[in-house]
Amino acid sequence: MPEALLETRGLGKTFGAVVAAEDVSVSVAAGEIVGVIGANGAGKTTFCNMVTGYLTPDQGRILFRGADITGCTVGEATAAGIHRSFQIPQLFPGLTVYENLLLSVGVFGHRRPPWWRPLVRPETQQEARRVMEQYRIADSAETRVDRLPQGVRKLLDIAMAMVGGPAMILLDEPTSGISTEEKFDVMGNVIDALRSSGATVLFVEHDMDVVGRYADRVIAFREGRVLADGAPREVLENPAVIEHVVGRRPPRPTDA
Amino acid sequence: MMALAAIVVDSLVYASWLFIVSIGLTLIFGVMNVLNVAHGSLYALGAYTAAWGVGMYVGGAPDAGFVLLAIMLVAAIVVGVLVGILIERGVLRWVYGRDEIVIVLATYAVFLVLEDVMKLIFGPESYIAFQPRFLFGTVSVAGIPYVGYDLLLVPLVALIGVGIWAAIHRTRPGKLLIAVIHDREIASALGINVARFFTVTFLCGAILGALGGALSAPLISVVPGIGVELIVLAFAVVVIGGLGSVEGAAIGALLVGLGRTAAVFFRPELELFVVFVVMTVVLAVRPEGLFGKPQTRRI
Amino acid sequence: MTALRNIRPTTAGIVLAAAALLGLWPLLPAWAAHTAAVSLGGGLVALGLMILIRFGLVSFGQGLFFAIGGYAAALANQFLGITDMLVLSVAGIAAAGMIAWALGYIVRGHRGIFFAMLNLAFSMILFGILAKTVALGSTDGFSVGVPTLLGVAPGPEAGRLTFVLFGFIVISSALVAWMVDRILASPVGYAGQGVRENELRLRYLGVSARGAVHLAYIMAAKLAALGGVFTVLLIGHVTPEDTAYWTKSGEFVFVAILGGAGNVAAPFIAQTVFELVRTFALQYVPEAWQMLLGITLLLVILFLPGGLWSLVDRLRGRDA
Ligand SMILES: Nc1ncnc2c1ncn2[C@@H]1O[C@H](COP(=O)(O)OP(=O)(O)OP(=O)(O)O)[C@@H](O)[C@H]1O
Ligand SMILES: [Mg+2]
Repeated sequence: MPEALLETRGLGKTFGAVVAAEDVSVSVAAGEIVGVIGANGAGKTTFCNMVTGYLTPDQGRILFRGADITGCTVGEATAAGIHRSFQIPQLFPGLTVYENLLLSVGVFGHRRPPWWRPLVRPETQQEARRVMEQYRIADSAETRVDRLPQGVRKLLDIAMAMVGGPAMILLDEPTSGISTEEKFDVMGNVIDALRSSGATVLFVEHDMDVVGRYADRVIAFREGRVLADGAPREVLENPAVIEHVVGRRPPRPTDA
Repeated sequence: MMALAAIVVDSLVYASWLFIVSIGLTLIFGVMNVLNVAHGSLYALGAYTAAWGVGMYVGGAPDAGFVLLAIMLVAAIVVGVLVGILIERGVLRWVYGRDEIVIVLATYAVFLVLEDVMKLIFGPESYIAFQPRFLFGTVSVAGIPYVGYDLLLVPLVALIGVGIWAAIHRTRPGKLLIAVIHDREIASALGINVARFFTVTFLCGAILGALGGALSAPLISVVPGIGVELIVLAFAVVVIGGLGSVEGAAIGALLVGLGRTAAVFFRPELELFVVFVVMTVVLAVRPEGLFGKPQTRRI
Repeated sequence: MTALRNIRPTTAGIVLAAAALLGLWPLLPAWAAHTAAVSLGGGLVALGLMILIRFGLVSFGQGLFFAIGGYAAALANQFLGITDMLVLSVAGIAAAGMIAWALGYIVRGHRGIFFAMLNLAFSMILFGILAKTVALGSTDGFSVGVPTLLGVAPGPEAGRLTFVLFGFIVISSALVAWMVDRILASPVGYAGQGVRENELRLRYLGVSARGAVHLAYIMAAKLAALGGVFTVLLIGHVTPEDTAYWTKSGEFVFVAILGGAGNVAAPFIAQTVFELVRTFALQYVPEAWQMLLGITLLLVILFLPGGLWSLVDRLRGRDA
C-alpha cells in the first residue's frame, strides 16, 4: 500500500447525546478517489468538518502527509492543501459567478491579504476565466449567484474549492440537488477536472450508481462509525451496507 | 450596616425600574429579532403622556387619589397601542427579512422622527407629575425612610416579570410563540400566523416600554432627551442578560442596578462608566449575554 | 449592496474635486468654505464607516474614535503647546490607531448587532470618562487655539478658517480618499466583501476573516480620528457630548448610509448634503431637523439601499 496522504486515527466527536463520529480510522493514498456513503446523520459531513479544521475532534488524530494537523484551523488546513466543497454551496451570494471566482483567486492563500496592490490584474482575471471554463459555468459568468440554478451553484462551489490547487479535496455531496439525468454529466466533468489537477479526492455521495462509477474505493459510515471500507463492489454488496445504507434510504427533504 | 441596607434597597428599586423600562426591548428582540431603538421614544412618550394626564387631572381635582395610577396605566396602553401599531405596521413590516442591522437602522429612523414629534406635541418645557409618588406615604426600612411608591415598584415589577414569563411558558399562545421564536418558517408552515404574532408581540413590547415611562413619570422631570439617555441604558441591561431573554433582563437589571448604586455611594463620577464597563465585558466575553445560548453554524 | 464592479479608479475625480475646491477658495463665502471643510472632516468619519459597511459591519460607536482624534489634538495643543496642524493630525491618528489596534482584538470576532453594540459600549465608556474628568474639561470640554502649518502662523486678522487650514484639509482628505479607494480595490478590500457575503467561504480560502476585520477597524478608526482633528481645528472647541455620545455616532451612521458604499466620494457628498440641510433646517424648522433625518433615513433604507451614490450609478446606466 502506498504511503497515506490523509490518515485519521480513532476520531471521535459527540454533540450532546449524538455520536457523530466514533473511532473513525481511515487512510487515503495520494491520487485515490474515495467515495463515502452513509445514511442521513451517519457522520459524513462531520468527518469532512474535522479533517478541514472546522470542528476539532474530541478524540483521535488527523495526519496529513504524515504531519499531525489535529486541532488546526480552517485556514491552516487550507494552507496545508486540504480544500472542500459543501453540501449547501457556500458562495458569495451578492456577487456574480465571475466575481466569486475573481475574489477567490485574488485572496486565496493570503492569511493577511495585501492592501497595497489591486486585486484585479490580468493574472487573476485569466485564472478566474480559466476556472469558469474548466467547470463549464462561463455561460453564467455575469449572473448574480443568488439567482443561479442549484446545479450551477454546486459547480461554482466546487470550482471555488479548487482555487489554489489543493493536494486533497473533500466534496460533500457534489451532485445533491442535481437531476438524475444530469448527475453523470456533471460528475464526469468534475472528476475529469480533478484528475487533471492531480488532486486526491474524497467525495460524499448518496447515489450508489455515481459512487460505483467514479470511486476507486468506498467507505461506508453508520452512526459515526466506519461500517465498511474497501473496493466499491465489495462494499456496495456488503449485506450490512445494503441493509443500513443502500437499501433503506429515506427521502431527503433537506436537499431542496 | 445601614449603608449596606441602603445600597441593597436602592439597588432593588433601581433594578426594578431598569427591568420595567427594558423588558419590552428584550421581548421584541427575542421574538422578532428586532433591536428596537425606538423603545427609547416609547418610554419618553409614555412618560410625557402620563405626566400630562396626571397634570391635567390634578389641576382640576387637587385631592386626586388612586385615579392617578389609572391615568398612568391608560396613558401607557394608549401610547403603546397607537405608536406600536404605527411602527410595526407602518415601518417594520417593510423591512422584515432584511439584515438585522438594517432593521436597527429603521427603528433608529423612527426614533429620530419621534424625538421631534414629542417636541412638537409637548414643547421644550419639563413636565412634572410628582403627585402619584406620594400616594403611598413613606415607609421606613432599617431606619431609613423611603417613599412608598418607590418600594412598591419592586413587587409590582416582579409581578409583571413573572406574568410575562408565565404567559410565555404556561399558556397556549405562549407555547406557539416559542415555536415562532424557534423557527419562523416551520411555525408558519404549521399554520401559525407569524405576522399576527409579530404584531401582538410588538404591541406588548411597546406597551411595556410606555408603561416603563409612565411609571417613571413621577420619579423624574420629563424633558426632551430622556428617551435618548434611556435607550443606551436599556441596551446595556438587555445585552448583559442576553438579548431576547426575560430572565436575562432581570439579571441584567439587578447587575446594573447594583453597580450603579454602589458607584453612586462610593464614587459618583463612575456612575455611567460602571454600567458600560459591565456591558463591554459581557459583550466581549459572552456576546450572547449571561442567559443567551451561543449560536453555532452547522454546515 | 454594491457589487465588485463598482470599484474603479477614481483618482482623476479626486484630483479634480480637490483642485476645484482649492481654486474656488477666493470665491467661496466664509460660510460655504466652512461648510465644505466641516463636510470633509465629517466625511472622513463616514468614509471609515463605509469601509466597515463594505465588510458588512456597522458601528454605533464611531464617535469613540472621532472623540479620540479631537481630544488628542486638543490635549496636545493645550498641554504640549503644539499648534502645527500636521503634527496634531498625526497625533490624533496615532492615538486612535493604537487604541483601535488594542480594541480590535475584542471586536474582530463580533458581527452584526454585537459589533454595533460593543462599539456603542466602548464609546459610552469614553463619554463617561470625558464627561466626569475635570482634567479633561468635563462636560464643557475645552478650546483649541488657531493652528499653524510648518511654522506659518495666520495673521491676527484672519479668522479660524485660513487658506492654509482649508488647503491642508482639502489636500489631506483627497490623499486619504485616494488611498482608501486603492485599498478597497486591493485583496483586503475584496476580502471585506467576502466577510460580508460569506465568511465561512473566505476562511476556506485561507484568509483570516478576523485579521481582515481588525485591519478595517483600525483604518476606520484612523479616518474617524483625522475627521475629529479637522473638526476640532475648524470649530475650535471639543466637548464629550458632540463627539463621543451615541447620538453623534448615530449621525455618522446616517451619513454613511445616506451616501452608500459605492464609491469613496459618497460619504463626502452625503456629509455635505447633511451639513447644508442642517444649516437651513436649524434656521427655518429647528423643531423638525431630526424628523427630517429620520424620514430621509427611512426613505433611503426602503427605496435607495445603495444610498445616494446608487443614483449616480443609475445615471450612468449601471444597475446598482
Ligand atoms: N454542529 C452540530 N451540533 C449538533 N449536532 C450536530 C452538529 N453537526 C452534526 N450534528 C449531528 O451529528 C450527526 C451527524 O451529522 P452529519 O452532518 O455529519 O451527518 P451526514 O452523514 O453528513 O448526514 P447527511 O447525509 O444528512 O448530510 C447528526 O445526528 C447531526 O444531527
Ligand atoms: Mg452531510
